[in-house]
Amino acid sequence: MILDDLDRMILRALVANADQSTTQLAARLGLSQPATWRRIKRLQEAGVIAGRRLQLDAAKAGFGVTVFLGVKLATKGRVSLEDFERAVGAIPEVQTVDHVLGLYDYRLRVVARDLADFERVLRRRLMTLPGVGNVEANVLLSEERRPGPL
Amino acid sequence: MLDELDRRLLRLLQADPGRGVPDLAEAVGSTPARVTRRLDQLRAAGVLLGSRTLIDWRALGYAVAVSLRITLDKTQSRAFDDFLAAARLVPEVIEIQTFLGRVDVRLSLIARDLADYQRIYREQILELPHIADIEALMTVATVKGDESLPL
Repeated sequence: MILDDLDRMILRALVANADQSTTQLAARLGLSQPATWRRIKRLQEAGVIAGRRLQLDAAKAGFGVTVFLGVKLATKGRVSLEDFERAVGAIPEVQTVDHVLGLYDYRLRVVARDLADFERVLRRRLMTLPGVGNVEANVLLSEERRPGPL
Repeated sequence: MLDELDRRLLRLLQADPGRGVPDLAEAVGSTPARVTRRLDQLRAAGVLLGSRTLIDWRALGYAVAVSLRITLDKTQSRAFDDFLAAARLVPEVIEIQTFLGRVDVRLSLIARDLADYQRIYREQILELPHIADIEALMTVATVKGDESLPL
C-alpha cells in the first residue's frame, strides 16, 4: 500500500497513542470524523494497522529484568526446530521468539522479576530446551521505539 | 505491588487493549466504578502507560528486518550519547536498545529489500560514530511476538 501525507499523520498519531477515539484524532489533525474513520479502515484492511498493544512499565509491574538471548541450536534438522519453537513459545517469561540468520539461530526476549529469578528461568526452563547449544545473554538497560519511515 | 484484581485487569487488557470498562467489570465480577478507579490508579502509578497501534511494515513494502548488534568504542567518553543521537536520525531504525553484556547497542532496522538494506547499511549505519564491531542477524520468521508480561 502507498501512503499519502494524511495516512502518515494518522499512523504517527496512532502509533504514539492508540487510546484516542476517531473523533479525538480527527479533531487533533483537523480532519472530519468520517474521513478519518475511512482512512483508518482502509489502513486496517490493507493490513498496515496490524493491531494494538498495551503498554506497561515492566519494572513497575514487577518485572525488573529484561534479557535478550541469542540461542544457537546444537542439533539441527526440521524436527529439532519445531520442537524447540514449540517448547520455547510455551514459556510465559519468553516475550518474543525470532528465528534469525547469522551468528545465532534464535533471538529471545525474556522477562524476570530480578536477576535471581532470571537465573532460575535460564537454568530450569531455557537451558533444558530441546536442542539448545550456545546461549548469549545481554541485560536490557534502556529501550526506545522509533516511529519508523513514516 | 499489584494485587489479584490488578493482574486480572491487566491480563485482560494485554489480550485486548480495546476492551471497555463495562465488559472488564463483568469479566472480573466487579462494578464499572471500581474497575475505572483501579485503572486510574494503575495509570497514576505509571504501571499502565496506554496502548499503541502496531504497524506491519511488510504491508508497506518493507520485506527485510535485521537486528544489528553493535559494540562501541568505549575509550570515547561520549560514545553512547553520540551513537544514539545519530542512530535516531536513521528513519529505518525502528527500535534502539542498550545492554549490559557483550553487545552495547541493538538496532532494529527495516528495509524494502536486500539492495535497500545494503544501501542503508553502507550509507547510514556504517557512518554512525564510535562503532567498534557490528554483527547482523536477519529475521527469518517471528515465532512469538506479542511481548506480553506473564502477570
